[in-house]
Amino acid sequence: MYPTTYHKPETLEAASATLGDAEEAKILAGGHTLLPTMKNHLAAPTDLVDIRGIAALNGISEDGGTLTIGATTTHAEVSNSPVVASACPALACLAGGIGDPAVRHVGTIGGSVANNDPAADYPAAVLGLGATVVTNRRDIAAEDFFDGMFATVLEEGEIITSVRFPKCDLAGYSKFPNPASRYAMVGVFVAKSGGSVRVAVTGAGEDGVFRHEGLEAALSANFSPDAVDGVAISSDGLLSDLHGDADYRANLIRVMAKRAVSAVA
Amino acid sequence: MSDGIGARVKRKEDKRFITGKGKYTDDIRVDNQAYAAFVRSTHAHARVVNLDTSAAEAMDGVIAVLNGHQLTGDGIGNIICGWAINSKDGSPMNMGAWSALATEMVRYVGDAVAVVIADTQAQARLAAEAVEVEYEELPVVVTTPDALADGAPQIHENAPGNLIYDWEIGDQAATDTAIAGASHVTEMEITNNRLSPNPMEPRSAVAIYDEGEDHYTLYTTSQNPHVARLVLSAFYNVAPEHKLRVIAPDVGGGFGSKIYIYPEEITCLWASMKTGRSVKWTSDRSEAFITDAHGRDHISTAKMGFDAAGRILGLKVDTIANFGAYMSLFSSAVPTYLYATLLSGQYNISNIHANVRAVYTNTVPVDAYRGAGRPEACYLVERMMETAAREMGMDPAELRRINFIQEFPHETPVIMTYDTGDFDGNMDKAQAAADVAGFAARKAEAAARGKLRGIGYSAYIEACGIAPSAAVGSLGAGVGLWESAEVRVNPVGTVEILTGSHSHGQGHETTFAQIVAERFGIPIDNVQVVHGDTDKVQFGMGTYGSRSGAVGMSAIVKAMDKVEAKVKKIAAHTLEASEDDIVIEGGEVKVAGTDKSMAWHEVGLAAYLAHNLPEGMEPGLKEGAFYDPVNFTFPAGVYIAEVEVDPETGVTDIVQFTAADDFGTIINPMIVEGQVHGGIAQGVGQAMLEHAVYDEDGQLLSGSYMDYCMPRADDLPSYTLDHNTTVCPNNPLGMKGCGEAGAIGTPPAIINAITDAIGNNDLAMPATPQTVWRAIQAAKAPLAAE
Ligand SMILES: Cc1cc2nc3c(=O)[nH]c(=O)nc-3n(C[C@H](O)[C@H](O)[C@H](O)COP(=O)(O)OP(=O)(O)OC[C@H]3O[C@@H](n4cnc5c(N)ncnc54)[C@H](O)[C@@H]3O)c2cc1C
Repeated sequence: MYPTTYHKPETLEAASATLGDAEEAKILAGGHTLLPTMKNHLAAPTDLVDIRGIAALNGISEDGGTLTIGATTTHAEVSNSPVVASACPALACLAGGIGDPAVRHVGTIGGSVANNDPAADYPAAVLGLGATVVTNRRDIAAEDFFDGMFATVLEEGEIITSVRFPKCDLAGYSKFPNPASRYAMVGVFVAKSGGSVRVAVTGAGEDGVFRHEGLEAALSANFSPDAVDGVAISSDGLLSDLHGDADYRANLIRVMAKRAVSAVA
Repeated sequence: MSDGIGARVKRKEDKRFITGKGKYTDDIRVDNQAYAAFVRSTHAHARVVNLDTSAAEAMDGVIAVLNGHQLTGDGIGNIICGWAINSKDGSPMNMGAWSALATEMVRYVGDAVAVVIADTQAQARLAAEAVEVEYEELPVVVTTPDALADGAPQIHENAPGNLIYDWEIGDQAATDTAIAGASHVTEMEITNNRLSPNPMEPRSAVAIYDEGEDHYTLYTTSQNPHVARLVLSAFYNVAPEHKLRVIAPDVGGGFGSKIYIYPEEITCLWASMKTGRSVKWTSDRSEAFITDAHGRDHISTAKMGFDAAGRILGLKVDTIANFGAYMSLFSSAVPTYLYATLLSGQYNISNIHANVRAVYTNTVPVDAYRGAGRPEACYLVERMMETAAREMGMDPAELRRINFIQEFPHETPVIMTYDTGDFDGNMDKAQAAADVAGFAARKAEAAARGKLRGIGYSAYIEACGIAPSAAVGSLGAGVGLWESAEVRVNPVGTVEILTGSHSHGQGHETTFAQIVAERFGIPIDNVQVVHGDTDKVQFGMGTYGSRSGAVGMSAIVKAMDKVEAKVKKIAAHTLEASEDDIVIEGGEVKVAGTDKSMAWHEVGLAAYLAHNLPEGMEPGLKEGAFYDPVNFTFPAGVYIAEVEVDPETGVTDIVQFTAADDFGTIINPMIVEGQVHGGIAQGVGQAMLEHAVYDEDGQLLSGSYMDYCMPRADDLPSYTLDHNTTVCPNNPLGMKGCGEAGAIGTPPAIINAITDAIGNNDLAMPATPQTVWRAIQAAKAPLAAE
């Protein structure tokens, strides 16, 4: 790791100031993505601003059906939260399937969403549920937030403070883990609100998480696993790697979509 | 004796390991210590045009930046392969030059071109990045078939067409004739996938040059410290043997990858002399992936001919083995004498011919990895047997039984003489434990759940107890493969065993103590096993090839024989009895049939006091022995895998795994079971998960655990283990060896089971979900076309 200066501010304002002053600062949350990158000399921030000392960024609350999860809330906190379990069990289940216990007790929702790893789980829930990413500067709709592989619309020094998930009737998540990394090779998040169904797919897209219109249309008409069978799932734009090529991923999208629906339908 | 042979004694060494008190090479900290970081080639094949170290040299903490020209200029020799294999035309193998630090050429991604020595590890690594290497890229060859293609890039000047040797064994004409007359011929192309070894502890070295004594000490992660010293001295000219001490302290796994002497150890020793500083290097996991010798990587075509009754008439095999960019220490022996000599499997086959070509590619060197050659042979033979049974419509177990060797000793056409075995007995035990009779019902029940259930066999045999020195010498081995031991009885009766074997996970501190406990009737806590230090222990050959029981313990037994003889003489003299009447029993040395006895420790004391020894006897009680085996040993067994495949995703669950092994005498069943468990896990890894993959530019795609899939607990079932024992007639304890069996026997059982489940025999390892799913689609395709 290259030498770096570590800061642990207690307020959002102080964090923001340090981020603004430093030559090349990075926000540090769980560090489970950032620190390995630094150890491998693939990132060399001059300053690290650890936001886990900012009390306002942590915690889970529910208000009128809207679930708000603070940016530094860990995957384990989400997965074990009774509030999440009652408001959106699929989200608790998704968080409980990230990595292993060590990862879940340190990695955070803000870090995961900001990183937008094409194989990460949370982006599927954020897009599938039509969540809002709240930062210290603005509210960003999920549709606008993700901007291709490992890219988001976050500006320099912009800090995610929370993610707000709207209420839905039914939601399910089904993940096919990469055998080696156990990240999502394909993860399908299905959410039903009234007559409309949103389907978000992670792990598979060359540009990261995406919504699948064909599946959405079919499931909006008939929310059942059988409805998935009739949908054409193209392998265009899907990832190919050592573990699965685009055709296999297309197949997995179908199978995971069916399983996500059958778990809740 | 409760601690003796056959007792499930808990491992003595585990307390220190699980409480974090083990002492590994990276735990060694010495005065004046500096750190090494290697500058490694980022290209798979290139000419080094220029090496600019000036920026690095100017950096904080940097002591020296050293290169290959300086290294060779100081007379450090090239890295060698220690087993000479001749091609079938009699010409010697084409060994390309391998310098610990490259001079003009780099031949794989990871090839070291320079080393930075600095005060701290961080400084060394930063400076290594600042070394500027200018490369002229050359065309790259990665895969085995490409290496032999016309016009393939030439990797070593002295190996035209990248061919290292073209070797054969067996009678080609007789085999061709036998197969031509067969009523059924099974033909297959079989690939044995490439693996990264992944011991839990990465490699590490601490090199200390003492200028006052002109003496070197090397702490290193070695499975065979004496061999390391010999090679470092005789071939790499680092220091004469008596001026070099090699210590392999606690070592966290090896699986073969720590047999070899690598560029890093050589460089650290040389650099410590060059800089006057002790030099430490510890590999990180990323470095391990691109520098630890990989395993396997064969492609073969095979033909097996049968008569109408299913008896095998002949087996013909053509194999190409990928050696990577350079010939590692044992590489040449692996696809020849450790592989082709096992192609008879457990079967009576009159005619076998195997042709093996070894080739260079621009990849990490490939060498022995748990099983070393024998997994490749077993995989080939057992895939062929299962396939033949399917093609001939026979029960796969029955086809094996028809062909099992029944009489011993049995000489195979590929120069092995199997000493003993009970192959039907192994099959009986495995079939009973696996409830083969109930399989059809289980398959139907699985089908009702939408799962494809399959069953697969593997009847493996391997050659362990490596090896009779004269025999391997006649086949080209550069060393003898005996083992040494010294048994020291202290004046208080406690015992030290100095062994040339090396424990890096095998539990020698426990099992070696158990055979002493059995023999002398003392508790294992009174026995200390000393190993891994060339200054403490007499020359020994180390641990690999499941040899430490059959060879290492045999040496201890021989030394104990000598101790016992002296003990009896002393006791007879003291107790005024005849030597023939003395027995050692329950910690006492007695005159049989009388109440006259001495406590064990009293004999020890008498030997050292020397106040009253028989006329002419030397004082002391310590004996050494060298044991050279008369034959290999032949562990064998039957493994049965049962799997369930999810046809929608290709995900395969191993729902049942049965292993019935014949290891001969078992010293500690718990440790043996642990070895089998670990071996099966590695076998499952090879069969379903692990794959070292390069892209066409020679970049390792599977260079981290994000992409290289190690077996995890939830990938594995609870195993059902059973044993069937035929005692090895050729060593004093009757042992065969158990360290590699699991890794050898498992892959074909798994692949045979999956192919049975999905109804498509064309399936490559690793059978990942995608691979299995594709095979299912391919099997469906002709149906869909109908
Ligand atoms: C072994 C292992 C297995 C894993 N398995 C999975 C898995 O199965 N599924 C999965 O989804 N993930 C997985 N992960 C990733 C894990 O969830 C990470 O924790 C997560 O991606 C990043 O979160 P973090 O809190 O550690 O972020 P950090 O590593 O601290 O930061 C990541 C990036 O986000 C930025 N950042 C962090 N917080 C904020 C914020 N509030 N506002 C703006 N930018 C911010 C940082 O500057 C950095 O660029 C795994 C990780 C490991 C190490």
